[in-house]
Amino acid sequence: MSTMTLDAAGHAEAVQSELTGEKMAISQAAVRKTVGQPFSDTAKLRMRNVNVFYGETQAIHNVSLDIGRNEVVAMIGPSGCGKSTFLRCLNRMNDTIEGCRVDGELSLDGDPIYGPKVDVVPLRARVGMVFQKPNPFPKSIYENVAYGPKIHGIASRRADLDEIVENSLRRAGLWDEVKDRLDKPGTGLSGGQQQRLCIARAIAVSPEVILMDEPCSALDPIATARIEELIDELRENYTIAIVTHSMQQAARVSQRTAYFHLGHLVEVNDTETVFTNPEHELTEAYITGRFG
Amino acid sequence: MTNLTQTQVRERIEKRLASRHRKEKMFRGMGIASIAFGVLAVVILFSDIISKGSGAFVQTAIELEVHYDAQVLGIDKVDDESLAWANFSGVIREALRERFPSVTGRSDKRELYSLVSSGAPFTLRDRLAANPQLLGKSEKVWFAADDDVDTFVKSLKDSKEGFRGRTSEQKAGWIEQLLDSGELKKRFNTTFFTNGDSREPEQAGIRAALMGSLFTLLVTLALSFPIGVAAAIYLEEYAPKNRWTDLIEVNINNLAAVPSIVFGLLGLAIFINFFELPRSAPLVGGLVLTLMTLPTIIISSRVALKAVPPSIREAAMGMGASRMQVVFHHVLPLAMPGMLTGAIIGMAQALGETAPLLMIGMVAFIVDVPGGVTDPATVLPVQIFLWADSPERAFVERTSAAIMVLLSVLILMNASAVMLRKKLERRW
Repeated sequence: MSTMTLDAAGHAEAVQSELTGEKMAISQAAVRKTVGQPFSDTAKLRMRNVNVFYGETQAIHNVSLDIGRNEVVAMIGPSGCGKSTFLRCLNRMNDTIEGCRVDGELSLDGDPIYGPKVDVVPLRARVGMVFQKPNPFPKSIYENVAYGPKIHGIASRRADLDEIVENSLRRAGLWDEVKDRLDKPGTGLSGGQQQRLCIARAIAVSPEVILMDEPCSALDPIATARIEELIDELRENYTIAIVTHSMQQAARVSQRTAYFHLGHLVEVNDTETVFTNPEHELTEAYITGRFG
Repeated sequence: MTNLTQTQVRERIEKRLASRHRKEKMFRGMGIASIAFGVLAVVILFSDIISKGSGAFVQTAIELEVHYDAQVLGIDKVDDESLAWANFSGVIREALRERFPSVTGRSDKRELYSLVSSGAPFTLRDRLAANPQLLGKSEKVWFAADDDVDTFVKSLKDSKEGFRGRTSEQKAGWIEQLLDSGELKKRFNTTFFTNGDSREPEQAGIRAALMGSLFTLLVTLALSFPIGVAAAIYLEEYAPKNRWTDLIEVNINNLAAVPSIVFGLLGLAIFINFFELPRSAPLVGGLVLTLMTLPTIIISSRVALKAVPPSIREAAMGMGASRMQVVFHHVLPLAMPGMLTGAIIGMAQALGETAPLLMIGMVAFIVDVPGGVTDPATVLPVQIFLWADSPERAFVERTSAAIMVLLSVLILMNASAVMLRKKLERRW
């Protein structure tokens, strides 16, 4: 830290230099411009020039990214790089955070996500979310899955609801384990089962996009493997954006990988390219474990 | 700091070990002593109240053979009007004279008549009203004894002398005579639970105060719980965190610390003088206690809401639930046990509150049992205050008995709160 000077503009660079040495130092402009292929021809979600502020501090700087239909995009990066913040913009979960401001263009199939006329209730029905910590409702397994269809009025008859619950649990690969105890509390399941229950709950309302915020970070390797298999199966019907700390996981489940760094989107490329031949030095430094 | 060897480090640790253990023991001892002190205080309080008050649950009664003589009563038929006019005390006096035929002379007779309660004629009237064909017939009736007799008989228990008080030698003789023949007995005091207040201790009961407390608490609960919970939900789930909500929060906390007498004055000025609501009414009492209980309920409800894990809110919101659905489907059921505890604590506080009710006239001497929230009424703690202030010795035990009833109600409320909590919590 001896000869380093810190100023606002050079913040990213300064931290970078500290982490990787003078050799890795890069210009501010290089960070700002995303390298690789952030855009897609079959974009389901389109984000352009997204900036997110928490009060005075800017958490996301000018990020543009497309997430294609039936594609799994993994978002990786060191802690605090803004990947979760960015993910939470996609179904406006950031609305609940005091002082959080989002600007830029975000759209789902051409429909704007932010705007005075946008209702978050149908938006969140179209963009489901699975959280880091499994968070089933403290209700029965059945109630957990049936909750979404009930509040959105998708099914009112018991038989229809039963069918949705069974299908969702089957698709989440949980049906055989819980079919005899649907009336037992969802909180009584194991961590991995709880997370699959949360996935079943999310897909019960037939969303178009599923956002996953480090869905496996609280799970053991076996449960993680099951969820990863599940993500692969779900890709047929859904568009998935997943934030993960595990690079192996990103490599296993995603088609494209986005590397975030200090609020900037540094590189987006085919997952294989990112992990074998990254374009940007920062990406390379991260995936080779030099920092992060 | 010089570098220490492992042995040196261990020596240093061991040197301080003894004093660390000693401090630990002292701290534990202090905790045990505090609890022992608290338990002792409760035991002393309860045993004192119970030993003083248990006497009030029995009442000395005298059995007399009464003759419903139409001539003495001065009526020829039994209807409402004649019952109101009838001279029942004449009948009782006659019965007493018959029982003690040797008593002559004005003052002796007057003393004889004072054996039974001045409420005895009403007992007789009620019997005749319920059973009109008794007119002209005789029957044996138990009458409540006068409070001086009651006090004397109760004090006879251990020493033969007893507390004489205003009871003369002669009267004591009669009492012993009646006691020996089994015509004077201590019977369960139903009057205490069926009557309102009275100047005569043997006719005084807590029913009016109990009903007054019940109506007042009903008003308080019906107003303060929904208002308190709604305010807490708004502040916790909807309101933006800014200077205004901070100001509101500070004021709510302040309100909780305002002396209760001030709420009484406020109630007097606003509810009675401005809105012209009836004085001494449980409605006004309930309104005043609502003001007092609201901060307690709001604060405890907010704590209960804060304790609901944010992950549940996020999960529901992520499913596309609206804010109200998040609150009513997920947050409220989880916060309910905590809110109920707060409400019960607030209610228990309101039940024991005296000062603000004095200001709105609930300290009045009220004999009738209130039948609604606008009837004049008093409440249990005020009744205790009134009785504690009364000169008759028989009111001492009634005061303690009323305290026992108040404490039982409190224990019942708190126990039901615990049970309700357990039941609600088990659902999840």
